[in-house]
Amino acid sequence: MSADAANEALKRTPLYDLHVELGAKMVPFAGYEMPVQYQLGILKEHQHTRARAGLFDVSHMGQAKLVGADHQTTAAALEALVPADILNLKPGMQRYTQLLNPQGGIVDDLMVARPADPAEDGTLFLVVNASRKEVDYEYISAHLPDTVRLEPQPDRALLALQGPEAAATLSKHSPEAVTLGFMGVRRVPVGPFECHVSRSGYTGEDGFEISVAADQAVDLARLLLAEEAVQPIGLGARDSLRLEAGLCLYGHELDEMISPVEAGLAWSIQKRRREGGGFPGAERIQKELREGPARLRVGIKPEGRAPARDGTEILEPSGARIGIITSGGFGPTVNGPIAMGYVESSFAKPGTAVQLMVRGKPQPAHIVQLPFVPHRYLRKA
Amino acid sequence: MALERFTEDHEYIRVDGDIGTVGITVHAQEQLGDVVFVEVPEVGRTVKQKESTAVVESVKAASEIYAPVSGEVVEVNTELAANPALVNEDAEGKAWFFKLRIADSSELSSLMDRAAYEEFLKQS
Repeated sequence: MSADAANEALKRTPLYDLHVELGAKMVPFAGYEMPVQYQLGILKEHQHTRARAGLFDVSHMGQAKLVGADHQTTAAALEALVPADILNLKPGMQRYTQLLNPQGGIVDDLMVARPADPAEDGTLFLVVNASRKEVDYEYISAHLPDTVRLEPQPDRALLALQGPEAAATLSKHSPEAVTLGFMGVRRVPVGPFECHVSRSGYTGEDGFEISVAADQAVDLARLLLAEEAVQPIGLGARDSLRLEAGLCLYGHELDEMISPVEAGLAWSIQKRRREGGGFPGAERIQKELREGPARLRVGIKPEGRAPARDGTEILEPSGARIGIITSGGFGPTVNGPIAMGYVESSFAKPGTAVQLMVRGKPQPAHIVQLPFVPHRYLRKA
Repeated sequence: MALERFTEDHEYIRVDGDIGTVGITVHAQEQLGDVVFVEVPEVGRTVKQKESTAVVESVKAASEIYAPVSGEVVEVNTELAANPALVNEDAEGKAWFFKLRIADSSELSSLMDRAAYEEFLKQS
């Protein structure tokens, strides 16, 4: 297939023309033409998000509703596919979880939100990865009882506003939105637009994800970009920000072979589910929770300046292969190379010395605690 | 003025006598984005034309720098290790990567002059 033919098949988000107008470099990503960077460039966009506020177009992600008669019905249907406690998720809150296959491998990771309004009881909002939405929708639909249905929302756009000045900036247009605590969700106006806002994100910073009708997305983006603190941020900085924050990316840290326990996501499996099971692959996951998994996701800090990329082999000092890097690059806030990967569990302790095979030469590195940059989420007492 | 030649991989070589100074073009650094790491070869290494001789890494990805012609590495730019961003600031000036003692100057004839390189950029 020619490059032109490949481009024709790519989808665009409602913000495509705005990205081009802002001078973005557009690249194919998960079937969409997306901005990898704007005129600032990845380094400065990353630094701007950590210092002030960045606006991200994440409209390529899948937004869907799961609808049943009441919360109990809908939650029970979803709990058959994910290991999180959805039943006890409070109205107006969201939770991070994983869709699991029967082997306990990860089909996708996702956010699940329970609306605050009792009138919407029985509905859950899902946000899934762009690269996985068809797979997810098919998998979920195939496993739902007749009483619960999945309704993808392709007419919704999603913007993320992230950084230490995100709240002060958003408060000018939505005083209601900034009353939310971390992982809170609410239907609130932002300026003149009806939005569904959550206090969450993928950068390690305080921030918001704002779901809005696709035909209002450009106007909402322009409203936020008009603020002096806000710059548009591309996928390049989104990746370096999430890597510094130690957050997983599907297809890198997560896939259909890896379990949530191996991925260091056991914190997202609440006590009731650990004990009660009832999710795909529960046997494997409960065993790994009891005995520890064979391999674990870890942070890796190369000692030199050379970045070690995805696919780099991890060796123990004697030279035996003990794992592989799944994401690696340069951390602008760390100001040096950083990576995440999987190692055999006996090598997962922070401080453990390892070698990375970079261009055929072993480079010294060591295992470190994640995240590389401390999270600054808003934690309410 | 020194003879200047370009490769289709966006390296330049500036020739002064039998010494060629090699780096990447302004266009190449624009495509790479923010450069965060440069690995230069060891002085004394003998390389063949099109052999991978240095590495430049941007925030996005790693790229290899190929020798435009065969020769022996006689000097490397040690400043790039401490200040890789120099590649973005002055790619065709202070941010040269290495100098080669050219083994066979006839290999230069396979490369493009500036006018041809600029035409090549327009077409690619």
